[in-house]
Parts: sequence; C-alpha cells; structure tokens
Amino acid sequence: MLKINNLHAGVEGNEILNGINLEVNAGEVHAIMGPNGSGKSTLAAVIAGKEEFEVTEGTVALDGEDLEDYAPEERAHKGIFLSFQYPVEIPGVTVTNFMKTAINESRKAKGLEDMPANQMLKLIREKSELLDINRKFLSRSLNEGFSGGEKKRNEIFQMAMLNPKLAILDETDSGLDIDALRIVANGVNKLRSKDNAVIVITHYQRLLEYIVPDFVHVLHEGKIVKSGPKELALELEEKGYDWIKNEAVV
Amino acid sequence: MAFENNVDIDHPVHDVRVEAMKNFEMKGFPTKKQEAWKYTSLNSLQKVDFSIFPKEVNALEYKDVKKYFLHEIDTYKIVFIDGIYSSFLSETTHDGVDICLMSSALTKPMYQPVIDVYFNKVASKDESLTTLNTAFSREGAYIYIPKNKMPKKPVEIVHFATGNEASLMLQPRNLIVVEENAELQIIERHQSLTSNEVLTNCVTEIFAGDNAIVDYYKVQNDTASSSLIDNTYIDQKDKSVVKVHTFSFGGKLTRNNLNFYQNGEYIDSTMKGVTILGEKQHVDHHTLVHHIEPNCESHQDYKGIYGENSTGVFNGKIIVDKVAQKTNAFQQNNNILVSDKATINTKPQLEIFADDVKCSHGCTIGQLDEEALFYLQSRGIPKKEARALLMYAFANNVLESVRIPELKTRINKLIANKLGVRLGFDL
Repeated sequence: MLKINNLHAGVEGNEILNGINLEVNAGEVHAIMGPNGSGKSTLAAVIAGKEEFEVTEGTVALDGEDLEDYAPEERAHKGIFLSFQYPVEIPGVTVTNFMKTAINESRKAKGLEDMPANQMLKLIREKSELLDINRKFLSRSLNEGFSGGEKKRNEIFQMAMLNPKLAILDETDSGLDIDALRIVANGVNKLRSKDNAVIVITHYQRLLEYIVPDFVHVLHEGKIVKSGPKELALELEEKGYDWIKNEAVV
Repeated sequence: MAFENNVDIDHPVHDVRVEAMKNFEMKGFPTKKQEAWKYTSLNSLQKVDFSIFPKEVNALEYKDVKKYFLHEIDTYKIVFIDGIYSSFLSETTHDGVDICLMSSALTKPMYQPVIDVYFNKVASKDESLTTLNTAFSREGAYIYIPKNKMPKKPVEIVHFATGNEASLMLQPRNLIVVEENAELQIIERHQSLTSNEVLTNCVTEIFAGDNAIVDYYKVQNDTASSSLIDNTYIDQKDKSVVKVHTFSFGGKLTRNNLNFYQNGEYIDSTMKGVTILGEKQHVDHHTLVHHIEPNCESHQDYKGIYGENSTGVFNGKIIVDKVAQKTNAFQQNNNILVSDKATINTKPQLEIFADDVKCSHGCTIGQLDEEALFYLQSRGIPKKEARALLMYAFANNVLESVRIPELKTRINKLIANKLGVRLGFDL
C-alpha cells in the first residue's frame, strides 16, 4: 500500500530524513519509535504532504502512485490520514460542521454530491458512539478548550469519520492518562481491517500494549536503523535508545 | 434656519444649530493634514455635488427590503427612506418607553425636558463633521428608556437610500437616553438600494444612567457607492455597561468615530469590531475611551481581514485621568492581510496620567497560521476553502458577546459569505 523508497527530506537545506525505506501493506500495523529529534514527526508530515518540507531524493508512493505532486488535501482524498500531535484549535467551527465540510470536500473531489443530511447524522452518531463521545462535545468549537485527551479522541473520531486507507498516528499517546489512552486505542482497534493500515508513531512502548504492531521500526538521525517484531518495542523500553544509537554507530 | 421645518426660532435648539453652523464654517471638512484624518481622505467625496434634501419622497414595499431587517424576530423599527421617516415600515412605541422620532422630540413640548438635558450634550461642539450634523440634521431616532424599564424587543434603526437623487447626503441624528437600571438593544444599519452615490454623516448620542445596560450593533454592509461617517458619543454613569459592536463589511469609505466618556465609577465600556474588506473599500475605526473616574474598565477587540486593494485604519485612544485610579483598559487589534495590495494602519494612543492602572494594548498584522492550514488540508479541505475557514474562525471569535442569537447567526452568515466559506453547515 505505502512504499517509501530512499526518502530524503528536510527544511531549508537541513536534511532531517536521511534515506528512509519502508513498506506498509494492507492489514498491517507498523510502529515507528525513536528518540526525540530522530525525524518521526517529519516523516509523518512528509507522507501527509506538508509543504514546509522539501523532498530532495526518493519517493513516497501509495498503491504504486508517486505522491510527490499531490497537495495535502489530495493525499487526504486518496485515503491518507494524519492524527496530529498538537491538533489545531478552530474557534467558531463546531466539530460537526468541520466534519461535514471535510467529508463533503472529499466527496466533491471525487465528483460526488454532498452527503445527504440524514446519512451524515447517522454516520456521526455511529462513530461518536464508537469513541464514547457525547453529543454536546460535537457542538463545541473544534479543539477549542479541549483537554489533551479530548483532542486526541477527537482526532480518532475524525479518522473514523473519514475512514482512511492509511492512518498515521503521530504521538497520539502523548499527554493521555491511562483511561484516555485505552479509549483512543480501542477506537483505533475497532477501525482496523484487512483493507487499511496504521502507522503508530510513539516515543514510548505504552501505547503499543493496546495497539499491537506487526512491525516495529527504530528511527535514528533520519534513518530506520532497526526493524523487528513487536518484542523490539519491549526491548527498547528496557534498554533505552542509547543501545540503538551505539549499535548504529558500530 | 431654513431647514428647521416647524421649529420655533426661539427654541433653544435653534441657537445650538447656529453655533454649530458657525463652527463648521470656520473649520470646514477635515483634511489629511490633521492627525486624526491622516489615513482617510474626504477629497473625492467633497468633489461630489450632493443633494442635501431630496425633492421627492419614495416608498418601499416591506417585502423588497425585508432582508435588511432582523426579520427572524420581532423588533421595534425606526425606518427612514432618503432621510425621511417612513411610518409604513416603522414600528414605534410610547408604551412606557419612547421609541420614536427626533423631529417629534425636537418640536413637541412634552419632550423638551429631555432635549434640554441631553441634546448635543455629549456630542463634540468643535469636531467639524459633528457640528455639520448638529447644524443640518432634522431627523433620526429618539429613544428614551426611563428608570427601571426595558423595551420588550430590540430596536432597529434603518436608513434606506433609494437613489432618487444622483448623489445624496444624509445627516441623521439619534438621541438615546437609557436611565438608571434601564436596558436597551439597538441595531443600526445604513443601506443604499441603488448605485447612486450616498454620503451619510451620522451623529448618535447615548446616555447610560447608573446600572444601565446598552448593546449597540452597527451593521455596515453597504454598496460600493455609499460612504458613512459615523460619530457616536457615549456618556456613562456609575456601573453602567455599554457595548458597541461594529461589523464593517461593505461601503466605499467608512469612518467610525466612537467616543466613550466614563463619568462615573465601576463602568464597563466594550468596543468590538469585525472588518472584512475587499475591492477598494476603506474603513477607519477611531475609538476614544476617556477614563474620568476610578475603578472602571474598557475592552476593545477589533479584528480585520483586508483583501484586494482595501485599506484599513485602527486608531485607539485611551485617556486615563489622574484621578482614575484602578482603571483596567484593554485594547487589541488583530489583522490579516490577504492581498499584497491591501494595507492597514494601526495605532494605539495611550495617555495615562494615573499610576495605579492596568492598561494593555496589542496589535498584530499577520498571515494565516501555516500549521492550522496544513491541519485543515490534511482533512481533505482544499487550500482555498481552508484559508477561508481559518479567516472565518479568526473573525468569528468577536461574536461571542453578541446577545441577540438571531443577529449572531446573521452576522456569522455574512462573514461566511464575505469570505467565500462554503459552510456546508447550519449555523
């Protein structure tokens, strides 16, 4: 589904990603771990098409199609979803209205009519129940005054609404207490299927107890320096990242 | 004077007018040489040969102008067509409160006690355009809310111009007195219905007694051939709360002179504005808050979005007198320039003579937040729509304090429309 080949990318001449190779197939969950500043969030942003980053070499392809020339919204229409580490607050635009706009813009791009109101309401009801979100929450301004947990839950709600092919969760666990973490992880697990894939970016192993990965990759200085099964996450938790850093140097 | 129809020349107002006329003759129209008019030129307007008194009276059908009223709810209405009162479109009252006409108030003896106390008492006697209005105005809204009263519904003051003159100058004059513990909500609108030139030089005096509450909403969404000079003067007494919201979305040239005088303690004065301009539109907000007594507050929050060749001015003056200790004065002016050709001049002017005060001011001129833009795009919202949505969110923030829900919805829709937001949504 997603194929990243020798990806180099950076901002204003500073290279942050240094030759990433990664292949993610439908039905898989990949975890990307690594110390602060290793390039995890940059990788997520580059896949989603953030213009600030320049790709200097290599390719990112979705279902065999190079994404280079596509804007973030076009990538979203193709089924890429990025859950933000720091979701942006949009006063005056309710969660419901925001989702209506997002869904109908996607439909418009595909040449479809707006989703009929009753169908939209039904979808909102289903997905909000899935994430244990109450109705009052949906009529609040997007992310404005939300707690950390509410913001992240809202990200996963958006993911559920947009039903992406590839979801990238950027530090979705940061700032969450254990209950919020469980709700968010449960939501993600319920959305998993043989047709979609998830990339979980995290600093800690904790989230991976709930969203169990098929593969774990360790990112260091813009490169994947080690890949392995889910047990690798535990090993990292135990030994810390220095072990990997030293190994990378060797 | 000739235009004082039915006015007794022995009436004290006659003397007021004569004085005002003398002042205007001496000063003339303001020019860019004056600091307060540095960024707003009236030159092009002065070249127009405006008719001051329309020759004929036009009628309008309610159905044709319904959209300019807040028709979702019941309101009192004081409506003028080309400066002339339209009893057909209006709904006035004398039921415990007076919501009626300035011309009646100035001529009928029963109103004279109020006129004697309040008329031309807070309006400037030397600002030239105000004196021009004082000299020439013959119509407007007269609202008198006695102690402990509150009208059953908001009041709409609407001025229509029908284009029966090639170019028309209007000089409405409003007097609004809200006594102790009384309350009032007003929506004011100036609307041209043709592409003929209109210049309105409006003066409004507002007196808020002890504990009075006044909400004033100015909706400025006029045509590209209409200009407005608004001079609003507000006198507040102890513990009164006056909020003025100015929504500037249209017109050719708009100048808002908003002046608050805090003649009491524990007063709250709030000024909020949303300005969204395009084409060659120009809006100039000049605010003044004079903190005369201790323990008062003032809050100013103006947001502007300037596109195409539009220009904006914000000049916020705050004076804190030496005795006005424990004053809290806040002023904020945030702007987004959407086009390279748009300009904004923003200037805080603080004159603080007391030492125990909290004053803050801030102005920003910026572009949209790139991270926020990326967030919306990553959800499938195209860049153009995402930008519009962010501008909507930026402006929308000011609306929280609008206390008439139907008006809030209306303004929300106007903002969305102006910005081209495809609000696939219900507001």
